[in-house]
Amino acid sequence: MRVMLTMLTLLLAAALPVRAEEVLAGLSQKQLSLTVNFEGSEILVYGAVRREAPVPEDSDLHVIVTIEGPPAPAVIWRKARRLGIWVNVESMRIRAAPSFYAVASTGPLEDILSMDADLRHRISTRLAIFEAREDAAVSNPAAFSEALIRIRTRDDLYQKLETQVTLERETLFSTIISLPKNLIEGSYATRVFLVRDGVVIDRFDSEIDVQKAVLERWLYNMAYEQPFLYGLLALVIAVFFGWGASAAFRVLRA
Amino acid sequence: MQVYLPIAEISVNAFLLLGVGGGVGLLSGMFGVGGGFLITPLLFFIGVPPAVAVATGVNQVVASSISGVLAHLRRKTVDLRMGVVLLVGGMFGSGIGIWLFNLLSRLGQIDLVVQLSYVLFLGVIGLMMLQEGTRALLRARDPSAPRRKLHTHTWVHNLPLKMKFRASGLYISVFPPLGIGMGVGVLAAIMGVGGGFIMVPAMIYLLGMPTKVVVGTSLFQIMFVAAFTTMMHAVTNNSVDVMLAVFLILGGVIGAQVGARMGLNLRPEMLRILLALLVLAVCGKIGFDLLWTPAELYSISTPGRF
Repeated sequence: MRVMLTMLTLLLAAALPVRAEEVLAGLSQKQLSLTVNFEGSEILVYGAVRREAPVPEDSDLHVIVTIEGPPAPAVIWRKARRLGIWVNVESMRIRAAPSFYAVASTGPLEDILSMDADLRHRISTRLAIFEAREDAAVSNPAAFSEALIRIRTRDDLYQKLETQVTLERETLFSTIISLPKNLIEGSYATRVFLVRDGVVIDRFDSEIDVQKAVLERWLYNMAYEQPFLYGLLALVIAVFFGWGASAAFRVLRA
Repeated sequence: MQVYLPIAEISVNAFLLLGVGGGVGLLSGMFGVGGGFLITPLLFFIGVPPAVAVATGVNQVVASSISGVLAHLRRKTVDLRMGVVLLVGGMFGSGIGIWLFNLLSRLGQIDLVVQLSYVLFLGVIGLMMLQEGTRALLRARDPSAPRRKLHTHTWVHNLPLKMKFRASGLYISVFPPLGIGMGVGVLAAIMGVGGGFIMVPAMIYLLGMPTKVVVGTSLFQIMFVAAFTTMMHAVTNNSVDVMLAVFLILGGVIGAQVGARMGLNLRPEMLRILLALLVLAVCGKIGFDLLWTPAELYSISTPGRF
């Protein structure tokens, strides 16, 4: 019933020429370069709510901001003691997990967002991981996806920033999300959701382009596209420095 | 100062890398070893993915052995014919090692196998060196002790396909050197080491080669096997990180020069004992990590990456 209602509301909202409330947002940076000395970066996401009608008074307005790094498949391994040593014994494959995922909001997600809206927009970290398992041979798959979230949260790759979005006079909002230094390259989808009564009433989509700097990018591409040439380059560098340095020292000593 | 390593895809402190390269270079200069067996585990400890650590470690071995090879070639202390036979075996072994490495990566057991190999080889070699060093130290104090016989013929030397190795003064079957070369090649591919620590004793005790040509010949084989293995890792795994290699090599060549001068002031038996203790310490640390209950039982790997 609730699903039906939600869908109906959404359909109505889509059909209306002007939505009651619209979100407009901007990012402080839309391009990031992973240079040699990249130490992480802070992204400011800010914006305003545009509305034609007066502010509805019977419900609270909430804003959720998410940044999602390029998704990739992942294998999660569990260790157990075998013959006295710790060995990987069990694994579960996850079809796609974001390499980075931050979700900032004006309040705890459980309180401000309905289950349906979460499922529909894949907002909470749990749902952002595409869990359709390729082999659910493990006895407790939940422990594996929890481990994935735990490990990446520890590395600041997954961030749950409840109450980190500030919303002023139901109109202006902003939040700062820190991207750590261990980012991978790709397009980072940035979404802003406007939520009222647990339902998403508008969303804004943008992206941040994260790229390796020129030299790193060149090396990376070469390693994958021309591995033979790259191997030769590695050897030339090794021979040059290995022989060159000892030759230089001989000259210095003489 | 942080450096972003494009293949390992992590940021690491540049001075830490220079320090690792320099420290290992210092030791390799002092003890006359390649140092691959120290670089690779140290890179694990820093957080470099094992595949990248192994492939880049082996690239570093090329740099740390080339000046030695050139010096030995000038002094004519390389048995080229023996070197080539060892090298043929080495390339064969390296190919097998790469295949094993990729198979184990897919099974999720590569870290374990690499760590176990380190514990096993470092443990055995460390104990052997320690025993040998203490015995030499005691003998140096007591000159009346009997000397060990240098070279004995065993059945392995009489296998078919005998070959004359003039520089070593040997006429033996090609199978023992081929086998030794192959074993070292497998180790190079899986552990990211040159393998001198296993080849030098094997050449002396199993083949009975004169000590004069052992170091030069083993370096000759190591350099080419390491170069071949680097190419193999680059082509099959794309796991060689040139940026990482440059920092390790820069630190290494400087450290080696300093170490070589420090080594001259120490007695060889003492050097051997010190090196044995160092090898055992690294072995102990890796073994401890395998036995100690890890803080996190789960780990993540990305298929197709490291």
